[in-house]
Amino acid sequence: MAQKAIELILMRQLASSLAMPIFLVDPSGNLLFYNEPAEELLGSRYDETGEMPMTEWSRLFAPIGEDGSPLPGEALPLSIALHKHRAAHLAFWIRGLDGVSRKIGATAFPLEGQGGRQLGAVGIFWEQP
Amino acid sequence: MKVTLWGTRGSLAAPGPETIRYGGNTSCVEVRGKEDALLVLDAGTGIQRLGATVRGGGGRIDLLLTHLHMDHIQGLGFFEPLYEPDREIHIWGPPSPTLDLRTRLARYLSPPLFPVRLRDLPCRLTLHNVPPERFEVGGLEVEAELVCHPGSTVGYRISEGPRSVAYLPDHEPALGVRELPGEPEWTSGFDLAAGADLLIHDAQYTTEEYQERIGWGHSAIRDAVVFATLAGARRLVPFHHDPTHDDAMLDRIDSAVRASADLAFRLSAGMEGATFEL
Repeated sequence: MAQKAIELILMRQLASSLAMPIFLVDPSGNLLFYNEPAEELLGSRYDETGEMPMTEWSRLFAPIGEDGSPLPGEALPLSIALHKHRAAHLAFWIRGLDGVSRKIGATAFPLEGQGGRQLGAVGIFWEQP
Repeated sequence: MKVTLWGTRGSLAAPGPETIRYGGNTSCVEVRGKEDALLVLDAGTGIQRLGATVRGGGGRIDLLLTHLHMDHIQGLGFFEPLYEPDREIHIWGPPSPTLDLRTRLARYLSPPLFPVRLRDLPCRLTLHNVPPERFEVGGLEVEAELVCHPGSTVGYRISEGPRSVAYLPDHEPALGVRELPGEPEWTSGFDLAAGADLLIHDAQYTTEEYQERIGWGHSAIRDAVVFATLAGARRLVPFHHDPTHDDAMLDRIDSAVRASADLAFRLSAGMEGATFEL
């Protein structure tokens, strides 16, 4: 497997050191990493889930809008960050792999490298009261 | 391919009787291909002596800069081929999101830091941002990747047929992982160094010194050894020696490395003037 870009390597390392829940995806939306604080929200350790495509993680975590209807993948902040190359924020419900539903706020922003390289996106989760 | 070390010191030139064997000049490495293509890696103070060996020879020279810290460009204004009108010189450097390479280099090659302006150099000079894809120079294939070091910094891998040299003079792979060795795909510089016949790698600090300098962009010799092992390099040349490390200390470090591990590669001291035929 090819080595990740240095920006992703450093982003993952930074996320590993922060107390905020952080979720990292590649340009296709494939899950690359989430940190320990995110593990608590998602109800599963990253080492157990590993990398997975966007279709899989968006199905697993079953995002539900505040009105109770399922959120389409393209409405998720990470998807907006990836495809529209801008920051996005949304509050919604997820069901963790531990079966617990939690209301979270998610802020996502794209990772753009030098020369316009699209490297992926970062999501930061905020547990809602 | 023939590789010659013209400057092996990091951060600051350190000439003197106590550094006579490992050398006091800052980073500069000559790479010659079978077709006599000349690639120069970095323009530390070592480039001055290299320039004297190619004076008046004509032909194209490609100078590949890893980054623009002073110890890697300080010799640039003293590289004689830059003053030869018939000489074709290409300088390649890491991209910046805001300034082109010419503007960044001109900060040094202009008064008050230097009397000659970059634009006044008589050679036929072309400047390039290193592209993200591989490119070829005189039969040598060049690959550049951003690596873990403050600012925009690349490492290089130069290949000729099946032979390759990886050059990562300023590199702190330990910063990007919880512990070295980590997973190869999450290790800075791995692809550049993987299976290289010759790996010239940052080894500025002892393990104890590194603990006080984490994040400065350099490696402990222990981390250079672990990185070389992970990458499956065939020979490691510790490089970018700390300016406070004299020959006696570098000998002690070299001996300690050889005694501490069953090395999976050949270890060659990074001494100014050393040559390697690949």
